[in-house]
Amino acid sequence: MATIIIPTPLRKFTNNTAKLQISGGTVADSIEQLITNFPDLKKHLLDDKGQIRSFVNIFVGDQDIRDLQQENTVIKEDTVLSIIPAIAGGNN
Amino acid sequence: MISVEQKSEKIMNEDAVKAFPDECCGFMYGTEDASGNRVVTESLPINNGAVENRRRRFEISPKDYLKGEQHALENGLLFLGIYHSHPNHPAIPSEHDRVAAQPYFSYVILSTYDGVIKNTRSWRLNDDFQFEEEEYSSPLKDSNKTIQ
Repeated sequence: MATIIIPTPLRKFTNNTAKLQISGGTVADSIEQLITNFPDLKKHLLDDKGQIRSFVNIFVGDQDIRDLQQENTVIKEDTVLSIIPAIAGGNN
Repeated sequence: MISVEQKSEKIMNEDAVKAFPDECCGFMYGTEDASGNRVVTESLPINNGAVENRRRRFEISPKDYLKGEQHALENGLLFLGIYHSHPNHPAIPSEHDRVAAQPYFSYVILSTYDGVIKNTRSWRLNDDFQFEEEEYSSPLKDSNKTIQ
């Protein structure tokens, strides 16, 4: 089983669980599994079109999936998938 | 309510003054009681990774963010939120702040005018993705109240 790490701000939607086991497939499959188990996560992870929100980064190990095969990146048994919120802002 | 211990506030204030006229940013750690009252016992300045216009933007890299989560785990602290400064602007979140904001986190904004801290306020995102102000308490703010 691969591992998915939930960032602090989203743990209130996963019963305060920081690490979850997922059965693999692709990144998209993993996110789908996660949302099936914790539906309240959906609006924080996906946009209106069902794509991963631009303010959410997904890392496989220490690599951004944008530098791999995006949502089609394959998850292996020993993969650690991290959801990393984009932290940004500033004044108008 | 979020209370910031003196040493943590000093670090945030010094970071905002040092960064002026650019924005500073950093992490806040501490505790939360059963009523949701938060105490910041540690603040940690983080590099503003915005590629351009750091006078009006801040950005924390994903790798720095991961280190921030790790720091909380290693030290048995809660990762309570993010602080950043608004140089020559009020301590009110902008639309840029709102669209990138995360639930749960406290967003502390330090308003600095000409390199001097004018005031500090804290905000949290509600379920409708809108900011609501959270009461901000600190030794400095409380001593000012006494003087007034």
